[in-house]
Amino acid sequence: MKTEKKYLKLSGLEPLIITPESNFINVGERTNVAGSRKFLRLIKDEKFDEALAIARDQVDGGAQIIDINMDDGLLDGKEAMVRFMNLIAAEPDIARVPIMIDSSKWEIIEAGLQVAQGKCVVNSISLKEGEAQFIEHAKKIKMYGAAVIVMAFDEVGQADNYKRRIEIAQRSYNILVNIVHFPSEDIIFDLNIFPVATGMDEHKRNAIDFIEATRWVRENLPNASVSGGVSNVSFSFRGNDAVREAMHSVFLYHAIKAGMNIGIVNPTMLEVYDEIPKDLLERVEDVILDRREDATERLLDFAESVISTTKERKVDLSWREKPLQDRITHSLVKGLDEFIVEDVEEARLQADKPIEVIEKNLMIGMNVVGDLFGSGKMFLPQVVKSARVMKRAVAYLLPFIELDKGGLSESNGKILLATVKGDVHDIGKNIVGVVLGCNNYDIVDLGVMVAPEKIIQAAKDQNVDVIGLSGLITPSLDEMVYLAKEMERQNFEVPLLIGGATTSKAHTAVKIDPQYKNAVVHVHDASRAVTVVGDLLDKRKNQKYISDIKADYVKVREGFANRSSKKEFLTLDEARKNKFKIDWNSANIATPNFIGTQVFEDVDLSKLVDYIDWTPFFRTWELAGKFPAILTDEVVGEAASNLFRDAKIMLAKVLDEDLLTAKAVFGIFPANSVEDDIEVYNSESRDSVNVKFVTLRQQLKKKEGIPSSALADFIAPKEKGIQDYVGAFCVSTGFGTAELAAAFEKDHDDYNSIMIKALADRLAEAFAEYLHKKVRTEYWGYANAEKLSNEELIKENYKGIRPAPGYPACPDHTEKWTIWDLLSVKETIGVELTDSLAMWPAASVSGYYFANEQAKYFGLGKIREDQVKDFAVRKNMNLDEAKKWLNPNLADS
Amino acid sequence: MEDIRNVLKNKILVLDGAMGTMIQQYKFTEEDYRGEKFKDFHISVKGNNDMLSITQPKAIKEIHAKYLEAGADIIETNTFSSTTVAMADYEMEDFVYELNFQSAKIAKEVADEFTAKNPDKPRFVAGSIGPTNRTASMSPDVNDPGFRAVTFEDLRKAYKQQAEALIDGGVDVLLVETVFDTLNAKAALFAIEEIKSERNIDIPIMLSGTITDASGRTLSGQTAEAFLISVSHIPLLTVGFNCALGAKQLTPHLEVLAQKSDLKISAHPNAGLPNAFGEYDESPEMMAGQIKEYLDKSLINIIGGCCGTTPAHIKAIADMVKEYKPRMVAKVN
Repeated sequence: MKTEKKYLKLSGLEPLIITPESNFINVGERTNVAGSRKFLRLIKDEKFDEALAIARDQVDGGAQIIDINMDDGLLDGKEAMVRFMNLIAAEPDIARVPIMIDSSKWEIIEAGLQVAQGKCVVNSISLKEGEAQFIEHAKKIKMYGAAVIVMAFDEVGQADNYKRRIEIAQRSYNILVNIVHFPSEDIIFDLNIFPVATGMDEHKRNAIDFIEATRWVRENLPNASVSGGVSNVSFSFRGNDAVREAMHSVFLYHAIKAGMNIGIVNPTMLEVYDEIPKDLLERVEDVILDRREDATERLLDFAESVISTTKERKVDLSWREKPLQDRITHSLVKGLDEFIVEDVEEARLQADKPIEVIEKNLMIGMNVVGDLFGSGKMFLPQVVKSARVMKRAVAYLLPFIELDKGGLSESNGKILLATVKGDVHDIGKNIVGVVLGCNNYDIVDLGVMVAPEKIIQAAKDQNVDVIGLSGLITPSLDEMVYLAKEMERQNFEVPLLIGGATTSKAHTAVKIDPQYKNAVVHVHDASRAVTVVGDLLDKRKNQKYISDIKADYVKVREGFANRSSKKEFLTLDEARKNKFKIDWNSANIATPNFIGTQVFEDVDLSKLVDYIDWTPFFRTWELAGKFPAILTDEVVGEAASNLFRDAKIMLAKVLDEDLLTAKAVFGIFPANSVEDDIEVYNSESRDSVNVKFVTLRQQLKKKEGIPSSALADFIAPKEKGIQDYVGAFCVSTGFGTAELAAAFEKDHDDYNSIMIKALADRLAEAFAEYLHKKVRTEYWGYANAEKLSNEELIKENYKGIRPAPGYPACPDHTEKWTIWDLLSVKETIGVELTDSLAMWPAASVSGYYFANEQAKYFGLGKIREDQVKDFAVRKNMNLDEAKKWLNPNLADS
Repeated sequence: MEDIRNVLKNKILVLDGAMGTMIQQYKFTEEDYRGEKFKDFHISVKGNNDMLSITQPKAIKEIHAKYLEAGADIIETNTFSSTTVAMADYEMEDFVYELNFQSAKIAKEVADEFTAKNPDKPRFVAGSIGPTNRTASMSPDVNDPGFRAVTFEDLRKAYKQQAEALIDGGVDVLLVETVFDTLNAKAALFAIEEIKSERNIDIPIMLSGTITDASGRTLSGQTAEAFLISVSHIPLLTVGFNCALGAKQLTPHLEVLAQKSDLKISAHPNAGLPNAFGEYDESPEMMAGQIKEYLDKSLINIIGGCCGTTPAHIKAIADMVKEYKPRMVAKVN
């Protein structure tokens, strides 16, 4: 046999050559629908931008090959593989690495091979279906020019011991090299990594057999590589990450020594071999290397203590013994501010100039944070904590720097951030500010409710490089459009970023982008902000980036134009004829126990805690997942748990020290509907109308039998002569939030500033839920037998609804004026409305109560001009003003 | 006749120069392009140079002869665009076999005449296989990066048809050239491998990529080395670069190939970079002067010219390479 040494060479846009000197080649595994539920969901929903972002994150995070797998019963795997690989080909920062085409279906593999210009790896083929098919596939792979992973699998089954592994490897190798003439260096064996410590004797040698077989392959099958998926080995210890991480490290340490040179490893699930505590290391090695009869039992026993010691680790101060830079980096990465001033002072004394401490020591640490975040090894709450430590350190140094008269070093750019006029929501904007600040951008934060002139002026005065606008309520969208027009008129050139819960790529593309000839980018979440701003300010390639985005938005506009033109609408009259029908003669209308308005001041916040829906809280921090499952999520579980712990600490402080004040007002009134309006009467005699709610009706053409709903449909029509009722409410837990947040910010603590606002928002929603329950069961009393768990409340299992103006069922914000008028909201509890009809304090909720058991939430969707005209008359508004408020819901005429 | 593989062991072979540049000098009219065979063809065909092998074979043979007189060892068939994919522009997909077969046949006739005159200098015919006008790994639509105007299968079939006709017409070598998208080239190589195995023949393949900009990448974004790795699964006679750049700008990329590959190396650069009018104005002496650097550095085994080069350029090059030994291939890993 020839023993000429040849190396595995692969390519994307750039080469990857695997030599004995190469470190272990790590294959990114997150673009795999079988392994990542998130990726599967994105592919199913055709959210290819986000799916590409996952691929990009992996490459940025150091994956040298990316594995792509589209094997899912509900997907057209072939089409998905081709589509995704074609999209990757258009992304040079992803396409630079080779692709591992991963499928158990040959047709998917072949389809993938036909769209890759580089030299890929096929994952995988085996002798499972016999030699003929094995040879046929290998020949094809050779003609397409790819390397191949061969599974240790044959007609009999999967190799599960040393002898079978080497037997199948030898046989596969001989066929490939001697019959197919496959290049030996293009053969990679996957020798099956199976779990150890399962309690079953036949699994004891799973790891050591793999390692020994690896050694055999590398010694006896010239030029072949060995690969495998490492996390399998620790499968029995799911839930105990400390042990799993140690097992992965130990396994890899020995497998790599034996010659394993490629593999799929989750880098966050890896302990540094040298840092595994001696006692744990010994027990893990006993298991991996099968060194003792009782190895499994000993590790199991020990594992229980490892769980408890991980908790104690929090007070482990051994890192204080390390060199200064390590300590500073540690504080930044872990978000610990206890020692940072002490360490920074030590650094300052060593430095020639105090500014060097920022430029050197702190930036080294923040770069580590940036890298970890970029590669998905840190999550947003952790980064915000790091920023807090950084800010504290800088604040300590500033007086010294000023004394020294040394200017601050150059930043990456200056970013103006503002929540637009009429809007008060700033959590997302603040997070963006922190994340960009961490990446050495100067942030000019103009705060909330910022008038466009002020934004324009500040942008000019401060000579900013990027303007970022945020908003949560729908009228803010128009403010953004206006600002884009102003920027165009005043010949601005800087990019405009758009973000916030109500914004979208579609709105940005359709409404904002055409107003401004320079860059306009919708930033979906804070973690995208860094790459977006980086790309925009990178002089070498920003022109391409900007023109790509412009082109993408043109496409979105075209798609949008096509889509909206296809939709059919009913006229307002037709829609009214198709109203939501309730049989009023048999309808069960409960007479309220209480009629009139009621004010609550200083409600005990502790009563609200049980009503908190935590899931949106985690979403605020960009942690995806349902509460409480998110706390044990494999990926974000740790970050979520820590965040939740901090939230509970803050919540306890808020409760103990009465830091926030909860107030509410609600009312229940006699009411009847007149067409699409709801008349609210001064008294049960129903002879004088106090206020009139103007509701909007769905006009999109529906399937036969589906009604065109309006909220008025849930109230008995006047002509029926039935006594019906409607309610309205406003709650707020926001009093005190702004002061607390300001105090935290003054203390350079963005983490807690964001935390208090996020908590206040949750408490307001909880308060709305709590009050609704009281109304249902006591004041109105139509549901006094109701017994619902908090979970059922969140799922809205109760009877009756509490829709809020500005939300899908009634997107018209101006109804808040009517509610404010009806309940004297401002006078009774002090919640105010801004120009754009945002509520201040921000942590407030207002809405109507509908008690009818058939009432349900719906989305209004688009409406036609005929309804807008009708609405304007009913609202006593001129048509232009009506159009302004209803703008997001106007169908293109 | 001696096998080109043996001849290459001992000397640098000279490839011919541009076909299009030479055809321009004939100033053919629409009627000339149509000739007798296509006089009633339903659309305009002026500019379809490949069809001149059928309608003006004398001119094409003349051009071949001029290059052979200038000292070329290898001439390329007039078939750069003779695939169904590229011929779709002229709606001549149905004539693809004939175009390739005729082009190969007349080139071979001229080459054989010259070999007969001087058997010590055997002349070879390379079947020119262009990239087509479509890219398999890029979208032509900036708004839809996932779209592809042509698939691997389309290209494989088209290339297979072209290569079969070229082989039937008698070519000695297949030259897959001006590769701006490696995936197109892989489809061509796949098709050729199919033919080789079906016919049980072993026709040598030359492969020549195109570096389109100063960053040293192909149009589809690969570095020279990544390109090389992506086509390394097929046994090739030579790998090299042509077109897009002048000889001088091509040097560093040839050096990459020379370092990273144990294959023989070819180059057929343009006569410099196009000027403001799209013309190539590097003189034969200037171009030869730059190619001297390749020779001094022992970078190449086959050298010729692409856009803008004429028999005078090829003569200048041929005269010079006589003095040099070919690149000796060291084993590289």
